[in-house]
Amino acid sequence: MKLTVNGTAHAVDVEPDMPLLWVLRDVLGLTGTKYGCGIAQCGACTVHLGGEAVRSCQVLASDAEGAEITTFEGLGRPDALHAVQAAWIAHQVAQCGYCQSGQIMQAAHLLAEIPNPTDAEIDDWMGGNLCRCGTYPRIRAAIHTAAEGKG
Amino acid sequence: MRRRSFLIGAAAITGGVAFGAYKLARPHDNPLLAELKPGEVAFTPYIKITGQGITLITPHAETGQGAQTMQAALIAEELDVELDQVTLSFGAPDPACYNTALASDAAPFAPFDTGLVAEAARGVMGTAFKALGVMVTGGSSSAPDSYVKLRHAGAVARETLKRAVADEVGVDIATLRTEGGAVILPDGTRLPYTALAGRAASTPLADPPLRDPSDWRILGKPFPRHDTVPKSTGTQVYGIDQTLPGMLHAAIRLSPRRSVLEGYDATAARAMRGVEDVLEIPGGLAVLADNTWRAFKAAEALEVSWAPAPYPPEMDAHWQAVSESFTDERLDRRWRSDGTLPEMDEALEYRAPYLAHAPLEPLSAMIRVDHGRAEVWAGHQMPRFAQDKIAEIAGCAPEDVTFHNQMTGGSFGHRLELDFLKHAAEIAVQRPGTPIKLTYRREEDFRTDYLRPLGMARAQGAVENGRVTALSLDIAMPSTTASQMGRLGQPAPGPDPQIVAGAWVMPYAIPALHVRAFRVPELAPVSSWRAVGASSAGFFAESALDELIHRAGADPMEERLRLCQSPVHRKTLEAVAEMSDWGTRAKGMGLGVALVESFGVPCAQVVEVMQTPEGLKITRIWAAADVGRVLDPVNFEAQVSGGIIWGLGHAMSAEVTFTDGATEQENYDTHPGMRLWQCPEIEVRGLHNGPTLRGIGEPGVPPAPPALANAIFAATGQRLREMPFSHHVDFA
Repeated sequence: MKLTVNGTAHAVDVEPDMPLLWVLRDVLGLTGTKYGCGIAQCGACTVHLGGEAVRSCQVLASDAEGAEITTFEGLGRPDALHAVQAAWIAHQVAQCGYCQSGQIMQAAHLLAEIPNPTDAEIDDWMGGNLCRCGTYPRIRAAIHTAAEGKG
Repeated sequence: MRRRSFLIGAAAITGGVAFGAYKLARPHDNPLLAELKPGEVAFTPYIKITGQGITLITPHAETGQGAQTMQAALIAEELDVELDQVTLSFGAPDPACYNTALASDAAPFAPFDTGLVAEAARGVMGTAFKALGVMVTGGSSSAPDSYVKLRHAGAVARETLKRAVADEVGVDIATLRTEGGAVILPDGTRLPYTALAGRAASTPLADPPLRDPSDWRILGKPFPRHDTVPKSTGTQVYGIDQTLPGMLHAAIRLSPRRSVLEGYDATAARAMRGVEDVLEIPGGLAVLADNTWRAFKAAEALEVSWAPAPYPPEMDAHWQAVSESFTDERLDRRWRSDGTLPEMDEALEYRAPYLAHAPLEPLSAMIRVDHGRAEVWAGHQMPRFAQDKIAEIAGCAPEDVTFHNQMTGGSFGHRLELDFLKHAAEIAVQRPGTPIKLTYRREEDFRTDYLRPLGMARAQGAVENGRVTALSLDIAMPSTTASQMGRLGQPAPGPDPQIVAGAWVMPYAIPALHVRAFRVPELAPVSSWRAVGASSAGFFAESALDELIHRAGADPMEERLRLCQSPVHRKTLEAVAEMSDWGTRAKGMGLGVALVESFGVPCAQVVEVMQTPEGLKITRIWAAADVGRVLDPVNFEAQVSGGIIWGLGHAMSAEVTFTDGATEQENYDTHPGMRLWQCPEIEVRGLHNGPTLRGIGEPGVPPAPPALANAIFAATGQRLREMPFSHHVDFA
C-alpha cells in the first residue's frame, strides 16, 4: 500500500482496515498525531486528508491511499511556524498539550475554509475537539488572532 | 518556612554522619554527587553545572499545570540565568526531593489555622514525609513546596560561583555581579558559570538571603512556558510516544469488575496478525504484538470470564450504602461545632456522583527488565513509589530501577495510581531484555479507573430576620485517603479531611455552624480527582447556604459578605461582586455566587446563565482567587479557568455508574467534559492578600458547580441538589 504523507511517498505493509492513526504513529513514527479515544469523540488524531480535517482513527489505511495526507509534523515546524501555530504560541494555549495537535489541525482547516470566522462558526467547527485541561478560551482567542494575521 | 531544612548540598558533601533521632533532621544525600565527573559540580539536587551547560532539576511532574517552568523560574530568578539558557530535567526520583508542602496539608487543620496545635501536627507530618522521602506532585503543592527551596538553591549556587571567582581573581566579592549565566568582573569581563563549575566544586557554600520580590526579573510577570513551542508544533514527546529498538507493543484486558480472572480462551487472539504472545498477569491478560492497533484488536478478541465484583454490582446499592452511613457508628469526625443548633426544618439532601479522571493521554508505560535491573519511561506523580513497586515485581532493589519521568497528557490525579506501571512490569518480567510498551485502550482506561468517590450531604438550617442563623451539614463519603493509601501499602490513620474538604473551612460566622463527616465503608475503590473532596463537599456547602439565604429573603452576595469574617476570603467575594456588576439581570437570566477555600486558596466565582430555546446557556463567569502571590499571571489565569471548565463540564453532564459490577461509561461519548461551544468568557483576577504562597492547579474547581447551580436557581427558580445537573435540566 502506498501512502503520501507530508509530501513523501511511503510503501507500507498493513491491513487495509488498519486505521490511518496507527499507520502514522507505529509504522511511520509520526507521533505528533495523538490517540485519545479511538471513536471520533476527542479529535486528538485530526489530520488533513486531501485538505480536509478528518479523524485519523476513523480513516482506514485503504481509504487514505492516493490522497494527500498532512499531519501535524507537516503543518509547520518550530523554525517555520504555520500562522495557527504562531497564534497558539502567542496565546500560550497549551497546558498538557495532548489535544493541541488535533485542535491546531482542525483550526487550520477552519481558517482555510473561512478566513475570518465568527464565534458561532468557531463553535461549530471546533466542537468535536475535546480539551480536558480547559484551554477553550485561549483556543478561541488564538483562532481570532490567526485570522487577523491572515488579513 | 525555615530555610535551613533545605540546605541539602553542603551538608551532604561535608557531613555524612547519622545518629538515631538526629537522622530525621539530617538531610538526604545529594543524589547528583554520585554521577558527577571531575570538573562538574552539583550545588543541591536542583542545579547541575558542567562545562557543557546548566541543567535545572524540576522534580515535580508536569501534567499540564505548568509546574516544570514554574520550578525552573524559581531557580533562574536567583541563579541569574535566563530560561532559554538552561536544560530542564525531571531528574531521577530522589528522597531529597520530599514534598514539604503537601505534608503540612495532610494534617487535619485548616490551612489558615496557624494555632500552636495545628502547627505542631504539621511539623509531625513534615517529619514523616521527610523520613519517608515522599516525593509527590499533587494537592496543588508544587508551588508552595518549591517557592523557598528552589529560589534558595539558585541563590546558594550564584553566591558560591561568585565566591569562587573572588577567591581566584583576588577581588572583593562585593564588586562582582551575575547576569545571564555569568559572573561579571568589575572590568566587564564575563566568566560563564559553565567555565567555573570545576572551581566552584571546592568552594565552601554560601548561604545568602533571598531577594526581595520587588527585585524580581522573572517571577510575578508573565514568563513563557518552556513546553509551549514543542506542544504547538508536534515536537513534544509524551510517554505514549516513546519507542525503543526491538520493542513489543502490549495491550491488556483487566476485569471491568475490578475482580480476578476466572477463565479465558485466547485461541482467536493468538491467531491474529502480528500477535506475538498472550500472557497471564495478576488480574487479567496481556497481548504482545508488533504494533498498538494489532495488540488492541487481539485484546478485544480475547474471550474472558471474570469473577463477581468485590463491591455491590448495581448503583442503587452504592447509594443505599451512602445514605445508611449517617450514623453515630460511622461518624468520622465532628469538624465544626460553632454555637448551638436551634430547632430546624427537615434535612435537604445533595448528591455527587462517581467520576473518571480520563486525561486525554491514555495510561501508558514503556519498560525493560533485564539482569536484575529495570528501566522505565512513564509519567507519574509519585516516582519513588513507582520505583519501589517495579523493583518488587522485577526482583531487584529500588535503586536498580531507572525511572525516566515523562511529559504527560494530563493526569487530574490518574497518575497517582501505580497499577498501570505494575501491569507493565508484570508483562516485562516475562520477556526479559525486550522493551515493552503498554498502552491502555481508552475503554480500559475508563473501566479500570479509580474514581472520584460518590457522596451525599444532608443539610438543615434556620433563618431569622432576613439572616442565616444556623447551618448543619452532614457529609457521607467513602475515604479517598484510606483507599489510595491502602493501595500504596501505607496506613491512613485518623479522620479523612477530604470528606469535608472545602465545607468545614467555610469562612462564615453563622451563629450555629456544624459540619460532620461520616465515613462510608469502601465500595468501588476511589482516588484523588482534581480538587479531591472539595469538588463535592464545596458543592454541598455552598448550595445549602444559598438555599438558606434565599429562604431568609436576603441577597446571596450581600449575605455572604455580611457573614464572611475573614478579610482574605471577603476580598475574593468583593472582587467577583465588582467584576460581575452583581445585581439583577434581565428576565430569564440569573447570577449565582459561590466561595470555596481548597488547598488553602479562597476562590470566589460568579456564574451567569441564560435560558434559551435550546436550553440553559452559561454566558459569563468571573473568578477571584488568592494564592498569596501570583508567580506567573498567564499560567494563573489558565489554571483558574481550566479548573472552572473542569468543574462545570463534569457537574453539567458527567457521572460514572455501575451495572453488573462494571462502569457503564467507557469513553467520552458517555462521560463528556465541557466542549468549546459550551464555554463562556471567563474573567480571572489574582489577589495577593493571603499570608502564604499557594498552588492554583485545583482551587478553581470547587466553587464552579455550586455557582452554576445557584445561577440556575436565580434564572429559573429550580434548585439542583444533584450532580450531574443534566438529570434535571437541559443545557444548550
